[in-house]
Amino acid sequence: MTQSLINAEGRVLAAIDSSVYAPQVAELAGWAAARLGAALEFVHAIDRNATTASPDLSGSLSFGAQESLLAELAALDEKRSKLAQAHGRTLLEQVQARVLARHAVNASLTQRHGALVDVLLDLEPQVRLFVIGARGEHAGAAPEHLGSNLERVVRAVHRPVLVSSGELARIERFLIAYDGSATTRKCVEMVALSPLLRGLECHLLMVGREDAQRRADLTWAQDRLIQAGFAPRARMREGVPDSSIASYLREHAIDLLVMGAYGHSRIRSMILGSTTTQLLRSSRGAVLLLR
Amino acid sequence: MDISSRLGQQWFGNMRGDVLAGLVVALALIPEAIAFSIIAGVDPKVGLYASFSIAVVIAFVGGRPGMISAATGAMALVMVVLVKEHGLQYLLAATVLTGVLQIMAGAFKLGTLMRFVSRSVITGFVNALAILILLAQLPELTNMPWTVYAMTAAGLAIIYLLPRFTKAIPSPLVTIVVLTGVAIWLDLDIRTVGDMGELPDSLPTFLLPQVPFNLHTLMIILPYSATLAVVGLLESLLTAQIVDDLTDTPSNKNRECVGQGVANIATGFIGGMAGCAMIGQSVINVKSGGRGRLSALVAGVVLLLLVVFAGPWVKQIPMAALVAVMIMVSIGTFSWSSIRNLRSYPTTSSIVMIGTVLVTVFTHDLAKGVLAGVLLSALFFARKVGQVLHIDSTVSEDARTRTYTVTGQVFFASANDFSLAFDFREVLERVIVDVSRAHFWDLSAVGALDKVVLKFRREGAEVEIVGLNHASATLVDRLAVHDKPDAERLMGGH
Repeated sequence: MTQSLINAEGRVLAAIDSSVYAPQVAELAGWAAARLGAALEFVHAIDRNATTASPDLSGSLSFGAQESLLAELAALDEKRSKLAQAHGRTLLEQVQARVLARHAVNASLTQRHGALVDVLLDLEPQVRLFVIGARGEHAGAAPEHLGSNLERVVRAVHRPVLVSSGELARIERFLIAYDGSATTRKCVEMVALSPLLRGLECHLLMVGREDAQRRADLTWAQDRLIQAGFAPRARMREGVPDSSIASYLREHAIDLLVMGAYGHSRIRSMILGSTTTQLLRSSRGAVLLLR
Repeated sequence: MDISSRLGQQWFGNMRGDVLAGLVVALALIPEAIAFSIIAGVDPKVGLYASFSIAVVIAFVGGRPGMISAATGAMALVMVVLVKEHGLQYLLAATVLTGVLQIMAGAFKLGTLMRFVSRSVITGFVNALAILILLAQLPELTNMPWTVYAMTAAGLAIIYLLPRFTKAIPSPLVTIVVLTGVAIWLDLDIRTVGDMGELPDSLPTFLLPQVPFNLHTLMIILPYSATLAVVGLLESLLTAQIVDDLTDTPSNKNRECVGQGVANIATGFIGGMAGCAMIGQSVINVKSGGRGRLSALVAGVVLLLLVVFAGPWVKQIPMAALVAVMIMVSIGTFSWSSIRNLRSYPTTSSIVMIGTVLVTVFTHDLAKGVLAGVLLSALFFARKVGQVLHIDSTVSEDARTRTYTVTGQVFFASANDFSLAFDFREVLERVIVDVSRAHFWDLSAVGALDKVVLKFRREGAEVEIVGLNHASATLVDRLAVHDKPDAERLMGGH
């Protein structure tokens, strides 16, 4: 079981784009790679969207219309791709230098064409942990909304995803959002097995009415963490998961939230807005999503 | 990427561009749909309903977002005789059957057969289509009053010169509006769209084709439906490839086959003629900024609204204006670079291209043209590969043993050359045929090898074959007779 939970040979893969979050993502990735003793790779995805030349609405077809249109569109794409490549390389080199200076980790750099989620899926076999920003380069207009890429990535990949969602000095305290389900038990198991969070202040929160079953579930998690060398502070709270967890994060100045990703079906989450999405939205530190 | 977000991207990823391009395409589709109805010999409303229905249905079920499908010239040309001999209702039944055949083609993944259609055949198809569209305009340009020629010339001038001043409005639309205005103002006595038949005056309704549902009907429509299905899929897959190249994005070819089928079935039931993807309109769509499914939907819906609510004005459009637009479509569809390339491309490619064009133009059947082109290219390919055969020989010092070394491909096209390369007059005790660098592909090749071996044996030489590679060996084991005990009898002797 331990082998399927953690890809110990894999590296830390951090997605870098030109958003303001890139330095934080790099910082978080450097921290994680240093703690895991894993290789670090920064990847920049060049996603070429529908290219539209200044639209020609003349609706007429002249001699060789198809050939000239192809030449025009190809030239436009070429120009954009070259710019995007050069821009991406600069971004990657900046974060590489930063992480080398602060965490003494020498990251490798990769650029690939395609949507971010496809690029990450291609590279997944060699990955232990993904690091991405909560919002992408088009953020700013609607700060409450998550980046369009984030949710897609989190749903598609199978390895843990570390999401950077705000300015962060360093990670000292983390909270495991626990409900006794198979998914969150797996979270506890993974935290216990991984060197990533070893030695940090550990909080364990279970939301819901207290009963014997829940008590037993919580005790199991607590024991498992103690056994792994943590000193967990276990709490049980009544209330709605989203808001209870969010207020706990604020009260205890938690830096990192560890949680299972997207338990609900796609349809249900579209109607309800899943707990995962809600928490990602309200968290101001980092979130570690485990599948 | 999960399906729903990808679909969302295909529908709403380029809303502004798609809506604008859809409008331009709708305006360009109207004259074409009318013109193609006239080619097929049916009322303009049959082509207009078809264009509406096919464009809208394909927007939902097609496999190539951004491609425009509607009533087309290629399909109209196929149905001429059916309409003339049996009437509209049989055409509607044939349209539904075409859709069924296309869905089957998609289900059996016949889209992959497209790889046997070489580039030269595709170029020939496109050029033949352009020529046929142009030829179809000739009846409107023969024995007409001089005003028709003047109007057509003026129309072409507007179409090609206006874009030099503004690219904000479709020049074919301006042509139609201006020429219609002039015709009404000067009260010219020339043919108009209204003279060609009935235009839609209402939204289409569901109706069953009025044909007897029996085997006799099926036998009448099946040949037409089969041809329509093939031509429709050919042009659709070809257009999908063009849009793939233009936009540098992939498409789902088998889904497109099924989608074309669904669109044709729906179209047959609302009184429209069979259609397929349109090269010219798809290029116009991409050029106008259309990329997503929304562009086809907008084009179809706007087309219907315009025709139904502007019917009285559409009736007044002079045929000369339509002819000008169709000449533009023909010129835009023709691959002019293929003429330039005649000099530099291999002769065989040019023969395939021109052969496809000639067969199509003379039979008025794009399916026959493509079949001829595919056969021609297969023959040329076989001939070319057949030349990849080289046979060398060395004789031993005592002049009693000769070793033949065969290199290359032995099959029906090269089997004869293979047999001719051996010298049976030479008196030898032993012949070694080294085929370790040759490949035997078929019965003809194995037969030729048999003949050579037996002939040497009859001249009294011991024959040894060395180095049959595994693939050749299997074929020889299965088919050859020379290594079986009663070889002489089986070969029949002579």
